[in-house]
Amino acid sequence: MTEHESDSTGTGGTARMPREQRLAEVFVELADTLVEEFDVVEFLQTLTERSIELVDTDAAGLMLDDQRGNLQVVAYTDESARLLELFELQKEEGPCMECFATGRVIANVDLADATSRWPLFAEAARETGFSVSHALPLRLRGQIVGALNLFTVARVRLTDDHLAVVQGLADIATIGLLHERAIRDQVVLAEQLQTALHSRIVIEQAKGVLSAQAGVTVAEAFRLLRTYARRTGQALTLVAEAVVVRRLDVAGLHAAVRVSPGSERSQGRPG
Amino acid sequence: MAGTRAAELLAVVLAESADGTDLPSRLLSACAGTLPVSGAGLALMTDKGPAGTVAASDGVALELEELQFSLGEGPCVDASRTGRPVLQPDLAVTAPLRWPAFASGALSAGIRAVFALPLRVGAIRLGVLDLYRDGPGPLGAGELREALDFSDAATLLLLHLQSADRAAGPEWGQISPIDDRAEVHQATGVVSVQADVGLAEALLLLRARAFAEHRPIGELARDVLEGIVDFRRGYEGTEDGRT
Repeated sequence: MTEHESDSTGTGGTARMPREQRLAEVFVELADTLVEEFDVVEFLQTLTERSIELVDTDAAGLMLDDQRGNLQVVAYTDESARLLELFELQKEEGPCMECFATGRVIANVDLADATSRWPLFAEAARETGFSVSHALPLRLRGQIVGALNLFTVARVRLTDDHLAVVQGLADIATIGLLHERAIRDQVVLAEQLQTALHSRIVIEQAKGVLSAQAGVTVAEAFRLLRTYARRTGQALTLVAEAVVVRRLDVAGLHAAVRVSPGSERSQGRPG
Repeated sequence: MAGTRAAELLAVVLAESADGTDLPSRLLSACAGTLPVSGAGLALMTDKGPAGTVAASDGVALELEELQFSLGEGPCVDASRTGRPVLQPDLAVTAPLRWPAFASGALSAGIRAVFALPLRVGAIRLGVLDLYRDGPGPLGAGELREALDFSDAATLLLLHLQSADRAAGPEWGQISPIDDRAEVHQATGVVSVQADVGLAEALLLLRARAFAEHRPIGELARDVLEGIVDFRRGYEGTEDGRT
């Protein structure tokens, strides 16, 4: 498949620090998330943010099998990625859908050339400003449990190295979903997928509560929730639940965020 | 998470009961009849904790529902506390250590597998759907899917049973699936602050208003997020005259 050809125009990790070093940091960060109080949505959110950072793409979204025959968007780096993922689900075409259906890596698709492959999706993605799309499967042995979508504004291809990194991250996502126990396969997977989907909803509800209380946008509310969760070492979903039942309010969130500056890890790109 | 399949399942049950009586029992009978399980039970949860058994498909299911609440332990209790499905394909292996008293009761009642599915919309915890089976073994992928569809239907059912002001909302025959878009859940949070109500009631307010105004709930949710529609007291009517 020509889509997999490596390409010297792919952008390397020339900025800031050597990519290997940053890669190692990200793996440590993700491993850290796995051993501490584990929050699957926070974990997948971090993973999508790091994936665009590591391979120099512009947006990413992650979908999981809802075990009812559909995919659900669980993490996304920004609104444009979320809307595109939703668009894919509604129109039932696009890289994530194809990747999920076939289990194959759908990388380096030039959206200008994809008008017959995904007529609606290609147009929507280009209108959003993206030129290239990639989708990598979340694999558990023979089963596909979700897909990670990446979008690039510039018309550059990902190298094979980049794709290996992103597939590594997608595999870590699957490991994260099965974390906590010896793999009792389907039982644990089913429990985890359902928990992840509901955790996502709790977080959306908390974003709404917080935005109404503090008079901020839902995006700002999300940043506040995450920062607080990280600073205090609590699971994002538990923080969201505390907000929803009014055990934790804006003042409480701000207080903790102010007291311990500098302890937060670098946040990648703003979501 | 309630998809269209869940709404279809409810519609079938509703067709058998035009006046909406005893819907939970009918849903459970359909559930136990469709899935490879021997019985099903529906437990109600409120914000304050377990609130009892809503319905059960048979005597054994009822006995095990009651047993879990009187003991305060079991798959259903764990599912509702953690919000996580508890799938136990072989009680004889896993249950005696985890829930000693429940395990002995379940095994002596002839039950070998339990699948407890929490009924929730994010932080809104409504109840638990318990599936009991007299033989061990996991649910297959297709069976799990069907079980989740039934749990979605039960979620919708419990949500609407909780609606204090049924007159303002849709009739039973017009219940729409829960829209899964992020905006709807965010708007639920906003409305709960504006109207000073819990999340469950906030979601019902949103759904009732969308129904009354004949508009998609996703669209109403966006208006709430943008401040065009406000649920605070004294803001009952929207700017453009819709009420």
